[in-house]
Amino acid sequence: MSEQFLPRLGELAEPTAYAAPLDIGGANPTTLVEQLKDMLLIRVVEEWIGDMVTAGKIVCPCHLGIGQEAIAVGVSSFLRKTDRIFGTHRSHAHYLALGGDVYGLLAEVLGKADGCSRGMGGSMHLYDGGNGFMGSVPIVAGTVPLAVGGALAAKMDRRGDVAVAYFGDGATEEGAFHESLNLASVFKLPILFVCENNLFSSHLHISLRQPESATARFAAAHRVAYEILDGNDVVAVARSAERLVAAARAGHGPGFIEAVTYRWRGHVGPREDVDVGVNRGGDLGLWKRRDPVRRLAEALQAAGHLRNDGVESIRRAVAKTVEQAWLRAEQAPFPPASALSGLVFA
Amino acid sequence: MSGAAVSSSRLSYGSAICSAFEYLLSRHPEVFVIGQGLWSPWYVGNSMTDLDKVFGTERIIDTPVSELACTGAAVGASLFGYRPIVVHPRMDFMLYGVDAIVNQAAKWSHMVGGQAHPAVTIRSIINRGGEQGAQHSQALHAWFAHIPGLRVVMPATPRDARDLLIAAVLCDDPVVYIDDRWLYHLEEELPPISKPDLLREGPLVTRPGRDVTLVGSGYTAYQCLQAARDLESRGISAEVVDLRVINPLDSRPIADSVARTGRLCVVDGGWRNCGLAGEIIARVTESLEPAAFKARPARLTLPDAPAPTSRALESDYYVKTDDIVAAAVRLTAEMGVLVE
Repeated sequence: MSEQFLPRLGELAEPTAYAAPLDIGGANPTTLVEQLKDMLLIRVVEEWIGDMVTAGKIVCPCHLGIGQEAIAVGVSSFLRKTDRIFGTHRSHAHYLALGGDVYGLLAEVLGKADGCSRGMGGSMHLYDGGNGFMGSVPIVAGTVPLAVGGALAAKMDRRGDVAVAYFGDGATEEGAFHESLNLASVFKLPILFVCENNLFSSHLHISLRQPESATARFAAAHRVAYEILDGNDVVAVARSAERLVAAARAGHGPGFIEAVTYRWRGHVGPREDVDVGVNRGGDLGLWKRRDPVRRLAEALQAAGHLRNDGVESIRRAVAKTVEQAWLRAEQAPFPPASALSGLVFA
Repeated sequence: MSGAAVSSSRLSYGSAICSAFEYLLSRHPEVFVIGQGLWSPWYVGNSMTDLDKVFGTERIIDTPVSELACTGAAVGASLFGYRPIVVHPRMDFMLYGVDAIVNQAAKWSHMVGGQAHPAVTIRSIINRGGEQGAQHSQALHAWFAHIPGLRVVMPATPRDARDLLIAAVLCDDPVVYIDDRWLYHLEEELPPISKPDLLREGPLVTRPGRDVTLVGSGYTAYQCLQAARDLESRGISAEVVDLRVINPLDSRPIADSVARTGRLCVVDGGWRNCGLAGEIIARVTESLEPAAFKARPARLTLPDAPAPTSRALESDYYVKTDDIVAAAVRLTAEMGVLVE
């Protein structure tokens, strides 16, 4: 690949760019309002989880994706229940965007038997097979080959289902990722690779880990169709997902979305990373102005599709749902002692 | 499923594996095979001959040189109604795929609260000797048997090579099936296939005896039988237990045998430290009264060193049948005092 064709993030990685309200062009306003509600649901749930970690009520490691909500919501717009979606350590949004039950998530992070993984997974191992969420794990890139297998099965099934592999920029440094891209490409598998490039591994900026910050260069190398976009723009994410998912369903092989974003909290837990010495300088404050929720809300308000207090009223309604689910989850039973050894084998 | 259609026949260990593949692929459309070398005759001996021609290259998938992605893809596909068999022609190379086996497949059912089960079989071949050296010789069965959630089987006979493969693939759990190139020459008259259930399979006494219990798995189970024949000519009656399934491990048949013989010699093709032989001895020792032992238990394993290449070192590296005979003679001669 000659230098001039190397994919680059360019302005997408500049914290000061893309702060204006979204260009919602020809998008359906009803869909956009639904997407706004979905993003707010994710945000409120994650803020709640963060608060409960701070309060000591949640103990399991929780990796929050606040600031990254547009990616899961945009990608999920064109998925169906028989698709097979695999997540990561930071998957609350992936689960919720597919229609995952709030109570099931909150019960899971509390280790309760009513949890989406029956209280056996915690925040890092979410499962919701009925909605196509086939599992998330904290081993970096661990589910990427599994998603490729889901795509292989889908290709054999010939029903037009697709797989989705969510992962972060750190995962693109793993061998599993490269093997998976190659396999998916050479076997022409129906899979969408979604790189949530938030520019950080747990603690290191991508410039300290890779010679280039655009991970889509690996897609180009494996001849996988790719699009690089603003991950804080739900309209752009949804448009791209629509194109690439349709191509995969039609048998044209894998697609790759590189969604550039930024996480507002630390790698794990509710704090903003200052506590573990990660120097994000003034970038975090600037990235907060690229808020995917605010930019969509302002565009909808400007176009007359959302009242000026629209965000606050959605927030209030969502918060009520979350609080009720939480109170119920706190009362739910823990898994029985028999689960410890009884679930090792089928 | 009816086994009557497959008539009895004399098969080698390698051909018996091949017949299991044919059985599974012809009766179970959800079975497919993925791995390196599947379209090439020299990777896997005679154990997969012409499967690609009979069942098509869409079900017999030869792959890029990517152990991790291929193993992971098989684990992934197994979550959607398929029963994939991943083939690793040499166990050493499988180590690139360990995340998919140990972190993902083995734990999946438990992590998701029993809502999904990876019904994947990982076929791995022990292929050693011939000066192949440290990275072409490993027998890592004990490693995998250490992991909760993985079933690990080691066939020592042509019949088990066939039936344990079928049982592994039809089982809903991830199974590591380990066959051994040093057994491919064995031949046996095989009965028709009756639907094998892995959950009912475990260690078996393959030769009854009175004086000493010899325990092995895979190739060492075969060696124990050879040793028992030799011992018989010396007036020592050795009972042989073939472990067959080393995780989950049912040690009761071994303890029962030692309760009868009073002497235990465990032979393993792996290393000594934290190994399978030590585990067997520990379990038997835990379950019997000290008075049940007429001699302290003994084990024969590889030395704790990588496999050498030079033939001068290699000939001393592997446990030989004569070593088992010698150990059994020592155990029975001392009558209560162990001499290693």
